[in-house]
Amino acid sequence: MMIRNALIALLAAPLALLAGPADAALRVFACEPEWGALVQELGGNLVEVSVATGALQDPHQIQAKPSLIARARNADLVVCTGAELEIGWLPILLQQSGNAKVQPGQPGNFAAADYVRKLDVPGQLDRSQGDVHAAGNPHVQTDPRNIAQVATALGTRLQQVDPAHAAEYARRQADFAQRWQQAIARWSAQAAPLKGAPVVSQHKAFTYLYDWLGLKEVAVLEPKPGVEPTASHLQGVLSALKGTPVRMVIHAAYQDPRASEWLNTNAGVPAVKLPFTVGGSEGAKDLFGLFDDTVARLLAAGGKR
Amino acid sequence: MHKLLPASLALALATPHCALAESPSDLATLRQEIATMRAAYEARLEALETRLKAAEAAAANSATVPGATAASAAAVVASAPPPPAPVASGGGANAFNPAISLILSGLYTSTSRDPEHFAISGFQLPTDAEVGPGTRGLSLAETELGISANIDPWWRGSTAIALHPDNEVSVEEAYVQTTSLGHGASLKAGRFFSGIGYLNPQHAHTWDFVDNPLAYQALLGTQYGDDGVQLTWLAPIDQYLELGAELGRGRSFPGTDTSRNGAGMVALTAHTGGDIGASHSWRAGLSVLRAKAKDQELDAMNTAGNSVTNAFSGRTRVWVADAVWKWAPNGNATRTSFKLQGEYLRSTRDGDLVYDVDNVASAADYRAVQSGWYLQGIYQFMPGWRVGLRTEQLDPGSSRFGANAAALDLGNYRPRKNTLMFDYNPSEFSRVRLQFARDRSREGVTDNQFFIQYQMSLGAHGAHGY
Repeated sequence: MMIRNALIALLAAPLALLAGPADAALRVFACEPEWGALVQELGGNLVEVSVATGALQDPHQIQAKPSLIARARNADLVVCTGAELEIGWLPILLQQSGNAKVQPGQPGNFAAADYVRKLDVPGQLDRSQGDVHAAGNPHVQTDPRNIAQVATALGTRLQQVDPAHAAEYARRQADFAQRWQQAIARWSAQAAPLKGAPVVSQHKAFTYLYDWLGLKEVAVLEPKPGVEPTASHLQGVLSALKGTPVRMVIHAAYQDPRASEWLNTNAGVPAVKLPFTVGGSEGAKDLFGLFDDTVARLLAAGGKR
Repeated sequence: MHKLLPASLALALATPHCALAESPSDLATLRQEIATMRAAYEARLEALETRLKAAEAAAANSATVPGATAASAAAVVASAPPPPAPVASGGGANAFNPAISLILSGLYTSTSRDPEHFAISGFQLPTDAEVGPGTRGLSLAETELGISANIDPWWRGSTAIALHPDNEVSVEEAYVQTTSLGHGASLKAGRFFSGIGYLNPQHAHTWDFVDNPLAYQALLGTQYGDDGVQLTWLAPIDQYLELGAELGRGRSFPGTDTSRNGAGMVALTAHTGGDIGASHSWRAGLSVLRAKAKDQELDAMNTAGNSVTNAFSGRTRVWVADAVWKWAPNGNATRTSFKLQGEYLRSTRDGDLVYDVDNVASAADYRAVQSGWYLQGIYQFMPGWRVGLRTEQLDPGSSRFGANAAALDLGNYRPRKNTLMFDYNPSEFSRVRLQFARDRSREGVTDNQFFIQYQMSLGAHGAHGY
């Protein structure tokens, strides 16, 4: 009896779903806030965006929470970084979602890192080197030129999964591209004094930002990617910095600032917290704010010299 | 390579020529500059092309002519130093290899009582039940080999093969699962851990303690796995609500494998969960498992205090209520986090029991209602370091032995156990754990159990469930 009732429930529910409204907004599940913001720019009120993680969370270490499974189940499009950033949680989320549309290889599965040139691609894959990513450094969103490339690909993808509104997506994409190029020119000009500035990072999270602005990463506080800074490694960094003065030590909003603050206290190097993604600071309310704030914070700490 | 040479020569000739040209007209200078640039660009393009060819050749022939490729690669590097080219990956027969992972685990066990005589008072368990602390001393714990991949656009497959310390191999899981049904539905077929409860579907290397709770050991034979099919369905609402139904052959305790056409096991599961703010998440569920047993051999103690072997035939129904709550500041579990989980299991066995199969062999009606629960908390107080506490108790409940009532009595002793765990995880791939337990599973006996365990994972980066 119990089984029969359960079976009826199982059969009836998908039918109820099919009878849902046909004109609803495209439901997009974004793994990180930057892609949520980008989808919002490109989709406007044609999309209903749900962001899985916040700027204060470590995107490497998210759990496949029930709430995320429920949201992945109802998504028409999943937009994530890819390049193995979400390997610890996204695969299980997609498996448990029972959502055929968003499985890898489907049009409903979009990985931003597929559309940019990746840096830090390891020549040798070995976990003795820490939590290295075979596909290269996944933190591609810290270079606005990458955002531009992803926007082009994502705009095309939105047109593909929601062809009824293709013209509107195309118009919004062109509009965004124009505003974004102007903004990049502005940020690049503002950040010119930073070119060549030697910096220390807490985690190898800003490779793309440095590549864009010409900052030079002379040391990393994490001994290996994903490995917490140890006292002895920090001492090593400190003594190495004696010969080469650096302008600042950089950490992301989601990271524990203690290691950076330690260097600030012991070597007088300004510690800079960067929003890293949308929502990571007061100013980083959207993608434009993210880079306005990032450039402003870098200039405030290390632009003078 | 041969094209590179003339280009380099042109470049070499053009550069001094350009430097010498001082007085002639600007036009000539411009022409020369353009020619120089063109030559330089051509040279760089040629160099890059050659590097690409060399890389391809090296990938293809590295086994046959290592000396030659190394030499050519060295020459190329010497002629063109620019950015490091990524090593060409993919292509060939290896590109479709599945994800392979290997869990290595070892254990040191010290107990104040000989584990040989371990029993759970008031619970009749199969003669081959995997209960108790295992063997004393240093031992290799289970090695687990996991292989999984998408099969085609419609299916994925996964297997977990356990290599036991006694040189035996067993298939823990081997199933295929749909990826394309859509509408929140997913169908699994093969051998898999049942979806009942919270801990049951989890592999041993993801447990927060060395061993599974007593309630799982006594009522589910440590972990219930079966051969069968499973259908799960996720409701199309914002609240997480997953329903599941399973049919199996009833291969293991509390069922038995027998020759039958139908199903020996039926299970129904329901789980729901969600978030409370950014820092809290939870999941709770209710499941029921029904399994058939025939001539199931059970170790028991008769009222005279002698060990006997009984045989049970009938049905067992196990209800499992589970709940887990996790906390991490702003949802960031990197530094600190806390997990509280608890489960309540209740088993009802109905059928016939043959008392003392080898000697008396007296059959009579049998009914037993037994239960158990555990509650555990795991606190990560700094990156990589966790401490955990588990408390648990079993209730032998009420039992009816019919005509065998004079010879059998499960008593009313409540087995209980408290466990303290401390582990260090240098990375998400390695773990070293200390565990101390005060085990009172046997009436009148206190067993102090001490464990040192390591668990290391090699290969594919496995994703773990909530």
